[in-house]
Amino acid sequence: MSAAMVDLKAVHKSFGSLEVLRGVDLQVGAGEVTVIIGPSGSGKSTLLRTVNHLEKVDSGSVTVDGELVGYRRAGDRLYELSEREILRQRTRIGFVFQSFNLFPHLTVRQNVTEAPTSAQRRPKAEVEALAVRLLERVGLSDKIDAYPRQLSGGQQQRVAIARALALEPKVILFDEPTSALDPELVGEVLDVVKDLAVSGTTMIVVTHEIGFAREVADTVVFMDEGRIVERGTPAQVLDAPRHERTRLFLSKVL
Amino acid sequence: MPVEFPGIGGGDTRDGPETAPRPAPGPRRSAARSVRAHRRYGWDRVLLASGSGSAAPARAAAPPVNGAGKNGEPESPALKVITTRHPGRWVAAAVIAVLLAMVASALITNPAWEWEVVGEFLFAPSVLRAVVFTLELTALGIVFGFLLGTVLALMRLSKNPLLSSAAWGYIALFRSIPLILQLLFWYNLALLYPRLSFGVPFGPAFFDIGTMDLIGPVTAAALGLALHQAAYAAEIVRAGLLSVDHGQREAAAALGIPRTRQLLRIVLPQAMRSIVPTAGNEIIGLVKGTSVVYIMALPELFYQVQVIYNRNGRVMALLLVATIWYLVMTSVMSVAQHYIERHYGKGRA
Repeated sequence: MSAAMVDLKAVHKSFGSLEVLRGVDLQVGAGEVTVIIGPSGSGKSTLLRTVNHLEKVDSGSVTVDGELVGYRRAGDRLYELSEREILRQRTRIGFVFQSFNLFPHLTVRQNVTEAPTSAQRRPKAEVEALAVRLLERVGLSDKIDAYPRQLSGGQQQRVAIARALALEPKVILFDEPTSALDPELVGEVLDVVKDLAVSGTTMIVVTHEIGFAREVADTVVFMDEGRIVERGTPAQVLDAPRHERTRLFLSKVL
Repeated sequence: MPVEFPGIGGGDTRDGPETAPRPAPGPRRSAARSVRAHRRYGWDRVLLASGSGSAAPARAAAPPVNGAGKNGEPESPALKVITTRHPGRWVAAAVIAVLLAMVASALITNPAWEWEVVGEFLFAPSVLRAVVFTLELTALGIVFGFLLGTVLALMRLSKNPLLSSAAWGYIALFRSIPLILQLLFWYNLALLYPRLSFGVPFGPAFFDIGTMDLIGPVTAAALGLALHQAAYAAEIVRAGLLSVDHGQREAAAALGIPRTRQLLRIVLPQAMRSIVPTAGNEIIGLVKGTSVVYIMALPELFYQVQVIYNRNGRVMALLLVATIWYLVMTSVMSVAQHYIERHYGKGRA
């Protein structure tokens, strides 16, 4: 898998004395959907955050589309990039937060157009048209001039997805996109994510929605205590887990 | 609904007028139920059913028997709401009204206030110039105070320990020195450093200039007010920045928005929500605070009225002139503050 869109090699990360990631290898091919499941504290969110350098790795490497994230390599050393360089790399890596993190003082339209205009310096007219198309795609055309506070949680998360898509990223990372939602709003967000999956967007999704994983994932990864315990197709990992810990976890969430 | 109604037997719904006006438990719900029951069965059936033991629907169905049974729609009894009386409030209001009347009368009827003198000097050119100068000093103090304060706040939030402790030291120092003392220091700086030179630190000087020429009384006053204000502004801005949810900056960073843009477009506008009310306090405080500048013999409002009353002896009338102008200035600022707060409250209503 040399042509992996996302390639993590031996990623280690500690917070103080707590080792959160203990050597994680993960490859995600272009157009693939990888779903990461696992108990809380297993390091799955931290792993996702290393992919766009929201968390710095202590050792190991993260590569997106052949480009090392957050570092420049010279010989066997990694030099951390300037913040400007890192910000430029992040415009190619979409991130959707558990708590949406929409900008509350900006309208839906401004939320979507902010980064493409300020970070990618694309022409305003083009970005405006793009925002209209994307909001249509997530089914929120009529909310384009609303403020986030006026939307339901599910609608806010759909705006956040449109905001991430507006940068036309190579990969989109979802950090428990439905965990902050009321149960009846989970479906509308997952439908949007599914739609993206079908259209060939490369995605890594951290979630507790096992049904969603079964339906959408090309690969399911089960993490525990900072390591990948098991990976495979949804059928392999969810229906016939080989490891005791995976079985134990699934028996609790299913 | 296990509510006991004395005088009503369970299911006894046919005993006529005296049961009708009694409020059914949960009038809304029972009315709704009656409507449903009516649509499905007609009233006769409901009454029959209620007769056979279930107490609650029986009461619910009771009113139509006497009331609207004929035209088909049930009628919940119209209950008039009588709000609680507050006699204490009326007494308190009366007391306040009398006190206000006394104050007004004391102000108007006592000739010692010399209202005609107040009228004469309220719009005197020297007073108006003093008002403008007061506003200028306030503006200088606030603008430079908040600019420096914002820099200090960012320094205090910096990860570099020297930057953050330097800012901390500045704030501690300038909050500890009374403004009036500081003004005197700046005013008399020439006693300490008669000439100021500009050049390479510890190296050659390119030119130097007499301190008195560079820092005149007005500059000294503005400098003192701004440096004093900066110490307070720094804490206000820092509190504002900290009040913005961490996720906001993280989202901006994840979207690759450039650093200064993150601050100016995402974080500061949200911080303004908590900065503006406190900053409004500070500005209003400074309008009045400029009055200490009188010790430098600068013609701001308070100094100017002193000059006038030292000449004509109408002390109270002229103090009243100053009071009225301070009131007007702060009131206008309060109104402006209201609109600024509304602007930064966008999307929060």
